[in-house]
Formats: sequence, C-alpha cells, structure tokens
Amino acid sequence: MESVSPQVQEAPAQQPAASAEVVLEVEHLVKSFGENHVLQDFSLQLHRGENVVVLGKSGSGKSVLIKCIIGLLQPDSGSIRVFGEEVTGLEHQELDELRARVGFLFQSNALYDSMTVRENLLFPLRRHWINKTPAEEQAMVEEALQSVGLEQTQNMMPAELSGGMRKRIGLARTLILKPDIILYDEPTTGLDPITAREISQLILDVQARYTTSAIIISHDMNCVRITANRVALLVDGRCYQQGTYEELRHSTDPVVREFFEGAVPRA
Amino acid sequence: MQASEFLAEAGAISRFAGRFFSEGFRPRYEVQEFLYQCYVVGYKSLPLVGVTGFIMGMVLTLQARPTMAKFGAEAWIPAMVALSIIREMGPIITALICAGKIGSSIGAELGSMNVTEQIDAMEVSGTNPFKYLVVTRVLATTLMIPVLVILADVIGLYASYLGVNMKGVTSLSLFVNNIMNRLEFSDVVPAFIKTFFFGFAIGIIGCYKGYHSQKGTEGVGQSANSAVVVSSLVIFVIDLLAVQITGLLGLN
Ligand SMILES: Nc1ncnc2c1ncn2[C@@H]1O[C@H](COP(=O)(O)OP(=O)(O)OP(=O)(O)O)[C@@H](O)[C@H]1O
Ligand SMILES: [Mg+2]
Repeated sequence: MESVSPQVQEAPAQQPAASAEVVLEVEHLVKSFGENHVLQDFSLQLHRGENVVVLGKSGSGKSVLIKCIIGLLQPDSGSIRVFGEEVTGLEHQELDELRARVGFLFQSNALYDSMTVRENLLFPLRRHWINKTPAEEQAMVEEALQSVGLEQTQNMMPAELSGGMRKRIGLARTLILKPDIILYDEPTTGLDPITAREISQLILDVQARYTTSAIIISHDMNCVRITANRVALLVDGRCYQQGTYEELRHSTDPVVREFFEGAVPRA
Repeated sequence: MQASEFLAEAGAISRFAGRFFSEGFRPRYEVQEFLYQCYVVGYKSLPLVGVTGFIMGMVLTLQARPTMAKFGAEAWIPAMVALSIIREMGPIITALICAGKIGSSIGAELGSMNVTEQIDAMEVSGTNPFKYLVVTRVLATTLMIPVLVILADVIGLYASYLGVNMKGVTSLSLFVNNIMNRLEFSDVVPAFIKTFFFGFAIGIIGCYKGYHSQKGTEGVGQSANSAVVVSSLVIFVIDLLAVQITGLLGLN
C-alpha cells in the first residue's frame, strides 16, 4: 500500500504559487433560511493544486457554503464560478457535467446502505453516462479502493464498516471519477485522533497523486495543520481572515486566536 | 392536527403528485430500478396478501352462514361473499395491508436516505433522485397493488369455497357457476379501477413523507408512521369517492 505512507508528512507537499490558475471563485455569496442569515457576503478563491481549509464554528454555515458550490442549495445572491462557469445559472445537464469534475465528500459519508461497497463506487461511474466495459469498471473500482487502502472491502455492506472505513469508502467513491476539485465536509469529525490523522494524510496523498484542488471544511486543528495550504475563517457569514496556518496561529486578533487556542506549530 | 396544517399538508402532497406527473414521463427512464421496485412491492408482499386474502374469504363465509341459514338462503352464500370480496373487501383490505407494509417501508427507506444525505449524494452523482427514487416507486405501487388485489380476491374466493364446504358439500364448478351467474361487469370494473388509485396513494404518500422527513433518526420513524396513517386515511376517502362516482355514473 503505497497510499498510506508510513513516514509522517506534516505539511502539504507543494505550495502552489498564488499566481496559479483560479479554478473556483466564490464572490459575495449570500444565503438565508428565513430569518436565519447564514452566509452574508462570503468570498473565496481556490487555485489549482491548492488545499484551502474553511474554519468555522458549528452552525456557521460551512456545509451550506459547499452545498451552494455543488448546486445542492441555491444561493440568494452572489456568484460561484467553477472553471470560469457560473454555477447558479446552469441547466440540469451542464450541472451534471460539472459535478462529474467536482467531487463531494459528505459530512455523514452518505454511502448508499442498500448497496455493497462495489456498487456504491460504481453508482457515480454508471450514472454519469461513462461507458466502460466491465473489466475497465473493475479496474477503476480497484484503483479507487487501493488509493484509500481498502481493497478487501469490495463486497461488504456499509453497515459492516467502521466509521473511519466509511469515510475512506466515501472518498473512494468521490475519487473514482478523478475529479479536479474535491469538497471535503468535515472529513475527520467523529473519528479517533489516529484515524483522523490517517484521513488527513490521505487527503494530502490524494492532492499529490491526482493533483486535485480541494476545499476542506473542518474544525479539527490537527487536520487543518496537516492539510492546509491556506486557511480561511468563516465568521458571521463572512470570510473573516485568510492566511497560512502559521500566519493565523500567530495572529493577535482575538477572534482568530479563539480558533487557534492551543494549536501546535507545524513540525 | 389543525385545519390550516391539514390544508398545507394536502397542498404539499398535491404538489408532490404534480411533480410526479411533470417529471415522471420525461427521459431518462429508470427502467431497471422500476423493475426492481416492482419485484420488491409485488413479489415480497405475496405471502402477506395471500394469507390475509385467505382469512378474509374464510371468515366472511363462516360469519355469513348463521344469518343466511335463518332465512334459508344458504345457497346465496357464494354469490354474496364473492360480491363483497370483489367489490369492497378485497381491494380495501389489500390496500390497507399494503399501506402498512409498503407505505411504511418506503417512508422509512427514503426518510433514512434523506437524513443521511444519500438523496443529495445521488443528486451530485448525475442522478435525478426524484426520478430514481420517487417515480419508480410510485409507478411500482400503482401497477402492483391491482395485481395483489386480484390475487387476494382469487385466494379469498377459494377460501370461501373451502368455508362453504366445511358444512355441506359444493363442487368447485358449482361454486364458480353460482358466482358467475350473479357477477356483473359493474361489480368488477369500478372495483378494479379504484385499486390503481389506492396504489398511487400508497406510493405517493410514502415517498412524500420519506422525501420530506425531518432530520434526525426520530424523523425517520415519524415519516414511516405518518406514511401509514395518512395513506390509510386517503384510501378510505378514495373508496368513498369511488362509490359516489360509480353511483353517479349509474354503474352501481
Ligand atoms: N436546508 C436547510 N434549511 C434550513 N436551514 C438550514 C438548512 N441547512 C442548514 N440550515 C441552517 O444553516 C445554518 C448553518 O448550517 P450548516 O450545516 O452549514 O452548519 P455547519 O457550519 O456545517 O455546522 P457543523 O460544523 O455542525 O456541520 C444552521 O443554523 C442550520 O440550521
Ligand atoms: Mg456541516
């Protein structure tokens, strides 16, 4: 298993230049649910090959943000451009094409519990009209499972898997389409520290292996430290501040300090 | 439930049904999932429907005997039981049993898929979840409930034949002839048509309740529960409407 590397990698492999092409751009995003104003004027850019972590308190609207990006929720106003295309105005068909290039890892994994692991992985492949021979499909399933280190689970049901394994299968299901952008919704929440670290490592691995860009939602500071090229703070529906992990850790701003209370330096 | 809540719910279910008609008959057609749902709804309910049908026929016959015997009208038992099974008891009992079995399982299944974001996951996987989950299930119940009702009717009538034979002797051909002489077109067709509506109601309400379930595990139980309650109620309302309409059309 080359994927789960034994040596601990403590920071993202390459620091993509800030000049790299912008693959995803959120501008002045506003989203309310009735009187609950969740996002108010949120803006964020994602460059090619970059991992951006969005930090925010529970209920601050992080999941709402990435659900708007993938088109599961309609924003009230503002623009979201993915590969230069405006998401909010897309037709069904175009949206589907876009979704084949943007992977989404759900907070609750969202594995189909009536299907085996293999069928779970084949679902997005077959539904996106990607015509493959059974042999090719099998190879893709195996490759995706291998990159999360769980080749032996093909015929198991999601209910038989542990929480950490389910996260990995969820990630494999996202990886099978080889997306250019992956949106991770709290990939390490609810896992023990060791497994959480493995998953964070896996995110780095995926970044290096498939040269994906990623938005990672998290409030696990270890995960942030390991995976982030850049950190954005979501406070009161706005992007409060951005910077690298180290920059924000040394910030004197009381709001920023609150997040980084007790955070450790990067090795 | 308050009146306004009731009306809001009725409106929401109607809109959901409207969406079924506007989305259901446009491609892409989910044939494979539809056939699988027919198997789940139809085949897996066979034993339950068979047993209830059998008991229904048997009990109706045994219950009818003392009263009919008082009037010396025992010869009428087969026709009377057949009429009540075909016109009313078969459709309504089968529909209620299916509302309990199928409606609740659809409500719980879609409810838990909603709670665990599986429906959203389908949507981002290039699938229209409404078509994949709702349209297939509603079509399956609409087409399978009538089949199950016919089956329950046949089994019920056979049980009635056995019931008649418990005291006294009738041959099967005599029994069948006795029924056929009494049975009219207008006994069969309206009863058959209303079963499609029963099936539709079970499917659409189960799906609505599941698709719009409250988040959390409690929401799943609630949607299963209210799917059964509401669809049973709606089945009775449809039954009442059906008898009025056939009356107006002079088919009674
Ligand atoms: N579909 C919805 N309808 C109404 N309100 C919603 C909906 N989705 C989210 N909200 C509200 O938006 C707010 C933000 O929710 P969100 O799920 O984005 O939080 P979060 O930042 O992801 O929190 P957590 O870290 O706990 O996952 C919450 O107050 C929630 O009640
Ligand atoms: Mg969330």
